[in-house]
Amino acid sequence: MNVPAALPIVLPLAGAAISMALGRWHAARRVLGVAVLVGTLAASVVLLAQVSDGSIVAVTLGAWQAPIGITLVVDTFAAFMMCVSALMLLAVLVYAIGSPKTDDTYSFFHPVYLILAAGVSASFLTGDLFNLFVAFEITLTASYVLITFGGSRLQVRHGMSYVVINLMASTLFITAVGLMYAATGTVNMADLAGKLTEIDPALRAGLGVLFLIVFGIKAAIFPLFFWLPDAYPAAAAPVTAIFAGLLTKIGVYTIIRTQTLLFGDGGPSTLLLVVAGLTMVVGIFGAIAQDDIKRILSFHIVSQIGYMIFGLGLFTVAGLAATVLFVVHQILIKTTLFLVGGLIEEKTGTAALRKLGGMIHASPILAALFLIPALSLAGIPPSSGFVAKLALVQAGLEIGQNLIVALSLAVSILTLFSMIKIWAGAFWGEPNENPPIPEGLAADHPIGPVLMVAPTTLLVVAGLAFVVAAAPLYELSEIAAANLVDTSTYVRAVMAP
Amino acid sequence: MIIILAITVAVLYGVGAFLMLQRNLSRIVIGLAFFGHGANLLLLMAGGRAGRAPFVGEGVGPTSDPLPQALALTAVVITFGVSAYLLTLAYRSWLLIHTDEVEDDVEDRRIAEMAAARTAREDEVPESTEDLEDRPT
Repeated sequence: MNVPAALPIVLPLAGAAISMALGRWHAARRVLGVAVLVGTLAASVVLLAQVSDGSIVAVTLGAWQAPIGITLVVDTFAAFMMCVSALMLLAVLVYAIGSPKTDDTYSFFHPVYLILAAGVSASFLTGDLFNLFVAFEITLTASYVLITFGGSRLQVRHGMSYVVINLMASTLFITAVGLMYAATGTVNMADLAGKLTEIDPALRAGLGVLFLIVFGIKAAIFPLFFWLPDAYPAAAAPVTAIFAGLLTKIGVYTIIRTQTLLFGDGGPSTLLLVVAGLTMVVGIFGAIAQDDIKRILSFHIVSQIGYMIFGLGLFTVAGLAATVLFVVHQILIKTTLFLVGGLIEEKTGTAALRKLGGMIHASPILAALFLIPALSLAGIPPSSGFVAKLALVQAGLEIGQNLIVALSLAVSILTLFSMIKIWAGAFWGEPNENPPIPEGLAADHPIGPVLMVAPTTLLVVAGLAFVVAAAPLYELSEIAAANLVDTSTYVRAVMAP
Repeated sequence: MIIILAITVAVLYGVGAFLMLQRNLSRIVIGLAFFGHGANLLLLMAGGRAGRAPFVGEGVGPTSDPLPQALALTAVVITFGVSAYLLTLAYRSWLLIHTDEVEDDVEDRRIAEMAAARTAREDEVPESTEDLEDRPT
């Protein structure tokens, strides 16, 4: 059995149990949390090294062969995503430890956060639809607690709609799994890939749409995104950052996985391209209308999901490679931007643009930390966003999908516009005359607490490194995409190891 | 009979969806429970015809498929746990604001009102520049 494949799930779960037992011994909990996530990151890197040549590692737990046993599958796409998300989880944990009112005020933060990490890893690694449901539930249950743990009126109200909508999506997921099992007699994804081709094409298409709806709610694609800008901004800054970076991307990951492995039919999908275009446009218009930093960024999440679906809808190796690269870029940039948003809120006590202003005078470093990922989000060269969008545009033009390419470029300009809105509102202009800065806080730290600034800076630098390493990263994405388009390697690795 | 089960599932989904569209939190929670029961029953139906012998033992004839039952069991436990959490949230919400209604997205309404106010102001914009000169700047 391949041990590193199970570690990203087992380590955080065991860590969560120990963390629970440590009770209010905060120092030990912090060290434990960081150590566990460093271990997870290391295991993910080892896995990525194993599969970076396009090979696929399949592990069956308890030595029951697929399709009977529980399967974990590590392919290049999953390992790549695992590495990036482990890095984000680690950076955000350090940020949460540094932030004055997160981890020691709420005694369950550390265990719940580690459970979230286990759920994220399990969602990437599982090779079985029902275990995907369980992994989703682990992640979501942890996220329910994290989004409401302040127990304030606002958090309870926003958290409530989040819980209800996700619980409904989970029930739909179970429904889809049940129908799938009734139609094919299996829930193992590699097994399904073969068996789904044997059933009635109409039934297969129906199941495909049902799964698209289920994961579309999680990924916040049009028209299923309304819960997201409502729920995310209410949570604490580190929580919002990790949700923005990872949770919707897990939805996108599962859409990509199921639509390629189970429901792919070789050509571009008009349904996905239309959904992609609408998601981009509606998301960005929503962002332009808002005047709160966290809400603008939340609508951007929606808009950027459109780009990922766009690459998937093309259904070519180039398109999927661009999508993989774009998802990785987004995880990095979105987390960074929300962390910077948290720093602004920490320093001034608000994220509302109408109350902010002139922060470039107060802390130029913070301004720089915001500007670099913001330009990257809009896709200004040379930034990671530019590289990823260029790949998408090229892939789109290659097979003549000019309309969606033009749309994506127009949305990029609007993205830049709304980033400028934050920039002009928060950083330029005269400093607010009555800044709601909590007494004593701003004086002690010109930018913010060191443990909050350090991980943010690290992620900004990682975003810059992304551009430098763009060529090898794209090659890696291409290897991942090749296995997504040609599913035979995946099926062989699981069914006949 | 499987047809009765199918009708039951349909009714459970229908009632659940109807209740979830209400504004009262308690109804939404009950609606989710109905929805969940429908899904579990559907899983059970995926296991084959009703009335077949269970998997264990040395029965004669076809046995029912045990996997959907295991799946349903897992789903029941998960739905139970999350419903309990949702109920505590609802209770917390009751303690905080003494109402059972799901509120609107306030920020969203504020943005909409801002846009409406802006449109209203634009209606007042004078048609020629002469009018502007009379106005104090």
